[in-house]
Amino acid sequence: MMALPYITEHTGFTGTVYATEPTMQIGRLLMEELVNFIERVPKAQSASLWKNKDIQRLLPSPLKDAVEVSTWRRCYTMQEVNSALSKIQLVGYSQKIELFGAVQVTPLSSGYALGSSNWIIQSHYEKVSYVSGSSLLTTHPQPMDQASLKNSDVLVLTGLTQIPTANPDGMVGEFCSNLALTVRNGGNVLVPCYPSGVIYDLLECLYQYIDSAGLSNIPFYFISPVANSSLEFSQIFAEWLCHNKQSKVYLPEPPFPHAELIQTNKLKHYPSIHGDFSNDFRQPCVVFTGHPSLRFGDVVHFMELWGKSSLNTVIFTEPDFSYLEALAPYQPLAMKCIYCPIDTRLNFIQVSKLLKEVQPLHVVCPEQYTQPPPAQSHRMDLMIDCQPPAMSYRRAEVLALPFKRRYEKIEIMPELADSLVPMEIKPGISLATVSAVLHTKDNKHVLQPPPRPTQPPSSKKRKRVSEDVPDCKVLKPLLSGSIPVEQFVQTLEKHGFSDIKVEDTAKGHIVLLQEAETLIQIEEDSTHIICDNDETLRVRLRDLVLRFLQKF
Amino acid sequence: MDPECSKLLPALCAVLADPRQLVADDTCLEKLLDWFKTVMETESSLHLLQDHPCLMELLSHVLKTQDVSPRVLSFVLRLVGIFAAQEDCFQYLQGELLLGLFGETGALSWTAWNMPSVRSGWIQGLCSLAHHPSALHFLADSGAVDTIFALQGDPSLFVASAASQLLVHILALAMQGGASGSPISEAAAWPICAQKIVNHVEESLHSKATPQVTQALNVLTTTFGRCHSPWTGVLWGRLSPPVACLFERDPIPAVHSLMDLLLSVARSHVLNFAACGLWEMLAQTLSRLSPTQAGPLALGTLKLQHCPQELRTQAFGVLLQPLACILKATTQAPGPPGLLDGTAGSSLTVDALLSSKSACVGLLCQTLAHLEELQMLPQCPCPWPQVPLLGATVTILRLCDGSVDPSSSMGGRLCGTLGGCVRVQRAALDFLGTLSQGTSPLELVLEVFAVLLKTLESPESSPTVLKKAFQATLRWLQNSHKTPNCSDLSPDALLFLGELFPILQKRLCSPCWEVRDSALEFLTHLIRHWGGQADFREALHSSEVPTLARQLLQDPESYVRASAVGTAGQLSSRGLQATSASPENPLAQQGLLMDLMHILSTDSEGFPRRAVLRVFTEWLRDGHADVIRDTEWFVATVLQAVSRDLDWEVRMQGLELAQVFLIQAMGQPSLHCPYTVGLPEATSPRPHPEFLQTLCRLPLFEFAFCALLDCDRPVAQKACDLLLFLRDKTTHCSGPQEAGDSPNSASVEAVLQRWREGEQGQPLGDLEPEAMLAILRSLDLEGLQGKLAKSSDHVEKSPQSLLQDMLATVGILEENEADCY
Repeated sequence: MMALPYITEHTGFTGTVYATEPTMQIGRLLMEELVNFIERVPKAQSASLWKNKDIQRLLPSPLKDAVEVSTWRRCYTMQEVNSALSKIQLVGYSQKIELFGAVQVTPLSSGYALGSSNWIIQSHYEKVSYVSGSSLLTTHPQPMDQASLKNSDVLVLTGLTQIPTANPDGMVGEFCSNLALTVRNGGNVLVPCYPSGVIYDLLECLYQYIDSAGLSNIPFYFISPVANSSLEFSQIFAEWLCHNKQSKVYLPEPPFPHAELIQTNKLKHYPSIHGDFSNDFRQPCVVFTGHPSLRFGDVVHFMELWGKSSLNTVIFTEPDFSYLEALAPYQPLAMKCIYCPIDTRLNFIQVSKLLKEVQPLHVVCPEQYTQPPPAQSHRMDLMIDCQPPAMSYRRAEVLALPFKRRYEKIEIMPELADSLVPMEIKPGISLATVSAVLHTKDNKHVLQPPPRPTQPPSSKKRKRVSEDVPDCKVLKPLLSGSIPVEQFVQTLEKHGFSDIKVEDTAKGHIVLLQEAETLIQIEEDSTHIICDNDETLRVRLRDLVLRFLQKF
Repeated sequence: MDPECSKLLPALCAVLADPRQLVADDTCLEKLLDWFKTVMETESSLHLLQDHPCLMELLSHVLKTQDVSPRVLSFVLRLVGIFAAQEDCFQYLQGELLLGLFGETGALSWTAWNMPSVRSGWIQGLCSLAHHPSALHFLADSGAVDTIFALQGDPSLFVASAASQLLVHILALAMQGGASGSPISEAAAWPICAQKIVNHVEESLHSKATPQVTQALNVLTTTFGRCHSPWTGVLWGRLSPPVACLFERDPIPAVHSLMDLLLSVARSHVLNFAACGLWEMLAQTLSRLSPTQAGPLALGTLKLQHCPQELRTQAFGVLLQPLACILKATTQAPGPPGLLDGTAGSSLTVDALLSSKSACVGLLCQTLAHLEELQMLPQCPCPWPQVPLLGATVTILRLCDGSVDPSSSMGGRLCGTLGGCVRVQRAALDFLGTLSQGTSPLELVLEVFAVLLKTLESPESSPTVLKKAFQATLRWLQNSHKTPNCSDLSPDALLFLGELFPILQKRLCSPCWEVRDSALEFLTHLIRHWGGQADFREALHSSEVPTLARQLLQDPESYVRASAVGTAGQLSSRGLQATSASPENPLAQQGLLMDLMHILSTDSEGFPRRAVLRVFTEWLRDGHADVIRDTEWFVATVLQAVSRDLDWEVRMQGLELAQVFLIQAMGQPSLHCPYTVGLPEATSPRPHPEFLQTLCRLPLFEFAFCALLDCDRPVAQKACDLLLFLRDKTTHCSGPQEAGDSPNSASVEAVLQRWREGEQGQPLGDLEPEAMLAILRSLDLEGLQGKLAKSSDHVEKSPQSLLQDMLATVGILEENEADCY
């Protein structure tokens, strides 16, 4: 989502973007915060010479190791964000969206965040599921819709947890313990985070924990340009929430308990550290603020303010950034650092359960998921294990999905269907020949009645029209059935042919009429009569062959 | 039978015989049978029947009509069995009655036979009856044995099991009568009844149906468990071939029952095992069974007293096999000598470990538990492979936390299977704790400490795993590198503690109360053991642990508060309490004593209050500085708070505290043990009159008198003991005043009387020591002690009361017949 403006505004994109409403609204908040953080500290000029490969390799690490620096872009503006968002068409879970008649696309709840989706892309005979960031844990969003993923030909699996060995429950416990430990010793806690997502769950855990841990008097600050909107938006997306939270709305109560934290003044939110915050600021306290990379945003200020005291603690909960790299510019650092990445997305055990449940014919996933992580090469459990083995792909690789499109659905117009006279060729199987015009538009195929026989041209205009209509030739009947060779030979003999010889071939038989110097090749799906320029003989033989076949 | 009961019996029999009268409570009938059994122990059942014709009337009524409820039918069957256990009474009842009840035309033909309780009563009746040769003839003639055979497969497990037991009982009775001297080696010469049973068992052993084989095996297992006469040797000689044949079948039927039988035979001391081929059979079985099945058999074999060394080695090998596989799968290169050197890991074990997660977890947990049990037993194999076992256990724990780097593909798969497996972690930690008793090389001890630290630190560890890890840690700290005559911590242990305390700090702040609780318990143990050691004190002081522990006195969870009270008390006893009194922390400013007093008087839950009293009692006993500063005030305040407490355990602890206080002032109670050699009794200090004044002022007397009338018996008992002690110590204190002499004591008596009547609001008022002593002497404390020592239902337990109750219940039921309830 964060890359959307780059796609829609810089690549000549002219299409439609489909997204759920919370995705769009929260995406807007995340982008707005990012733009705000970046624009707060405008740079008079920017350096780009260093991107020259010859210069770059002389730079210290990690700059010299950065890849494809030439493709790096400046951050987008709010205008571009708005323009990108204006191209979004909102959709709801299970809504079916027709794409040019070729496929139908449906978003399903993925259980990871408010409005987060997995997608089904299906035609009449094929079904592809695209599973991205999904969660089977009980958190705030609607639970993952697994049932709709069943019977997929292909399941594209991405967005698994980045820390497969960390259990989110354990990490939340760790987060609470370290937070309480610091605050009880008189220190402050800094939580670098995004303004939406896991923070809702963290606040809910803290809501249950602070009283029991004797932290009721400790202020919690949430500082973000979009803090207020984020906290309020979360409360109004009732239909996208888990069942428990939905039912609270009917009581009516706010679905998230952070409303009560705000009411009781335990949680305070500010757009930035300037203004009201500086008046209210009281220590020891807990601060939630961005950006989790520690490179910009209000978090930088707190790192500078608290970094020198060992009483304080910074707790990393977002798994997107390496905490060691994030901390590198702040070294030496006295404050304690705790890494509790909370990633609720699917781990490999959950994936294997999901695949057992959904049973797709084929699984397609990034290459990284098909082997254990390089740092833990023995952990055979940290990879996707399924039968048949998953097809893997690399970045920017084009992959042919392992199925062939065998069938298309074609509609028959009612008046044409009326005119059909089916003939039963086997019990339960009837056939009818159809003469029609196949009309194809928007990947939809319709058989329409053929035009009436063309009238003799009366005017130029008419003539032009009739030229467009395909010629309808008189149709020969279709033949079916097989020719029993022995009976066929007997019939030939009856009709005066003698000196008949039958040879077996790989595909059928050859009947040789030596006297007439004629050869009849009988194969499974064709019969050839080869004779020297004797049309009468050929027609006689043809008619004898046709006696054994059904016509319709 | 006492005359009162004799009088009640006819009415009761009438009630039982009346189908309209429902005996609502089964337990009454059970108690009634128990009572009859007790009566029969001393009296002749024949006389009893003759003296109480109502009993015979009841029996014949049931025999004729069977219109009583199934539970009464069952009762009657069992009662007749009890009567007929005596041979003369058996003769008296034989004929119509016994055959009518137990014969083929008896209970078997009743409609009520469908009820399992009736079938069970029939079996139990026969079981009681089968005590003499006449009974054997009866059983043989009546066809009962065939019915018992059929009942072995009864759908009710209770009936089926009882039927098997009865067969064993009959077999033993028959053989007992038949073989007085040396065993009859020819089975053909055995009594007919015994032959019949043995033939049936043998046939069942040959059966293709597993349930029948199981029944036969169960009968044999019970026989060898119960009967230790020489004839059992002959029996085994005859039946061991068909038993051995069972091992030839694939799959082996009724594996568990088979193992039970082999172990039961092996435990019997009558057989000559070498001759009867039992050891070979055991050895074969051990090698044929799957690792999971063989585990219990191997443990049972190792527990046997007389067992060839070779077999013991094989059995121990079975137990070690899974751990050997683990070591093999994870050890780099040849490495140190492992378990079971030279033998490749059994492919069966490897298959079991790798087949599925549940099989792997089940096998490992079972193996660890068996080895843990074995290590504690006197039969523990020697030499005990301490080093490889410790290595394997540490490896298992590391497989669970994902920190092991396996060298083989099997190791990789184990890593995936065991990762985060709580069951295996718990079992491994338990065994690890037990292994602390052995001697281990230093580098391995350090590995143990490392894996314990990792487990304690890991956010993935569940509360139960943490608790086990704390327990194991404590045991290793106690046992690691013990230097003789020194309880100090080793330098390695101290280093370990340095790393442990930061983790403990975090655990004390856990959002999970179970974790906070076990961390506090662990801390209390640590302080109790090493609180006096300078290095330990320094390490503890340099951490925040004492402050955090003190803060948990206000935890919302009562269990945690209770543990925090214990920890704070222990810290304070050792002079280790949190010292940093910060102005923000009001807790640190006031003394711990006041905090605990506050908890005692205000905490809504019982656990923290009980914990406070335990701490206070310990403080008083040990002469804690805060207590001896003003002991009288301390005791008075505690007693005041306790006397109002609703929790009986708190009141009981209050009495304990009072007793410690008295002992300190008056000396130990004198022992009245008749077996001790009378040492010259040290003259206990006679209580100073002022001390008695103090007791009155506290008011300890009032508290004790009040507790004497406590509705909870243990409290009253304790108060009684306390007052007896006081009376003993004050015998010589004052003149021969009698109660009621002074107006003061008269008023106290009056108040006590009102207390007895339930008005306990009124205080005793200011008391003089003399008056107190006078009352103390006037109370029949010994009598009270005797009364309290009996269980609270001793009056209701008498047979007379039972009969009355049964009659009364029926009466009430009758009255309430029309009541919709």
